[in-house]
Amino acid sequence: MEIERKYIYSDIELDRKEGEIIEEVKASSQAVIPDPDEWLEEELKQNIILTTVDWFINWGRRSSLWPAICFPACCAFELIAANGPRFDLARFGMEILRASPRQADLMITAGTLTWKMAPNVRRIYNQMPEPKWVIAMGACAISGGIFASASYAVVPGYNRIIPVDVYVPGCPPRPEALIYGIQLLQKKIAKRRNIDVGKLIRR
Amino acid sequence: MTVALSGKEIANQIVEKFPDSIVASSEKEIVVKSGSLLDVAAFLKDTPGLDFNYLNYITAVDYYDHFEVVYMLSSLEHNHSLVLKTRCYDRENPVLPSLVRLWQGADFQEREIYDLMGIRFEGHPNMKRIFLWEGFQGHPLRKDFM
Repeated sequence: MEIERKYIYSDIELDRKEGEIIEEVKASSQAVIPDPDEWLEEELKQNIILTTVDWFINWGRRSSLWPAICFPACCAFELIAANGPRFDLARFGMEILRASPRQADLMITAGTLTWKMAPNVRRIYNQMPEPKWVIAMGACAISGGIFASASYAVVPGYNRIIPVDVYVPGCPPRPEALIYGIQLLQKKIAKRRNIDVGKLIRR
Repeated sequence: MTVALSGKEIANQIVEKFPDSIVASSEKEIVVKSGSLLDVAAFLKDTPGLDFNYLNYITAVDYYDHFEVVYMLSSLEHNHSLVLKTRCYDRENPVLPSLVRLWQGADFQEREIYDLMGIRFEGHPNMKRIFLWEGFQGHPLRKDFM
């Protein structure tokens, strides 16, 4: 009676294979692996980056946008969702919502603005230090939304009160849309010129 | 569940005490003359067996030729409710008596009605706009606004 073979290789075959791998490793490991931290000696070579001041300043500004709290209506909940762990606004360096406008450089206007509230929003904006940006979030912030046509109390768009950089449509916009709007704003900041080259040349 | 009392039956009780104060009454509601609103409201609040000690809400409706102010009353003790209405025919300077003295909850809602409908409530301690800013022209929930 023939015994059924349980394995493809016999034990001795597996042992031979293992032996071959060991021989191969031994043959290729006769030299010492060089220290990966050798470059630490070359201080100058590794520590100089050539870039422009403009790029460097813009990189700093766009990578840590801190929003001021100005959430008069329901779009705020989408903003809160965008801040939460699922959409994780912290990836873009802006998870900190500043209660004081003096520590903020971005205003996300999440909600309907009434004329009665308008002076306070302008005041919050004026209290923010330069440079500052505004994202108009949702239909109400862009044009007054559903209240635009007949309302006696609603401001038809935040751009009547403060200058707006990026408009994010939706009622309300999904957190993805808000994040896309923020990325657009970051691209906009990246193109900013902080130094007037012409003025420097003329001096 | 809260029992909605019959307006007709309560209207009969009111007429016994204050004759000529009811304009109309049905199963759902009582419409009283604006002049006797305070008396009727005090009667509904203080009469044992009725005890309407809670004012659910006040609201106002514009019917072009008159305003109608609706009071929803209920009794937390007996768990029953009643709709009380009154009408105001003057469009230029509509005035009604204030019920703040009876139910404190009437305070903000009467101010809201003044703000949006333009009905003044006489006897209110702080009769001024609540939503819109001081200096706003007109009363926006009126049908002829705009």
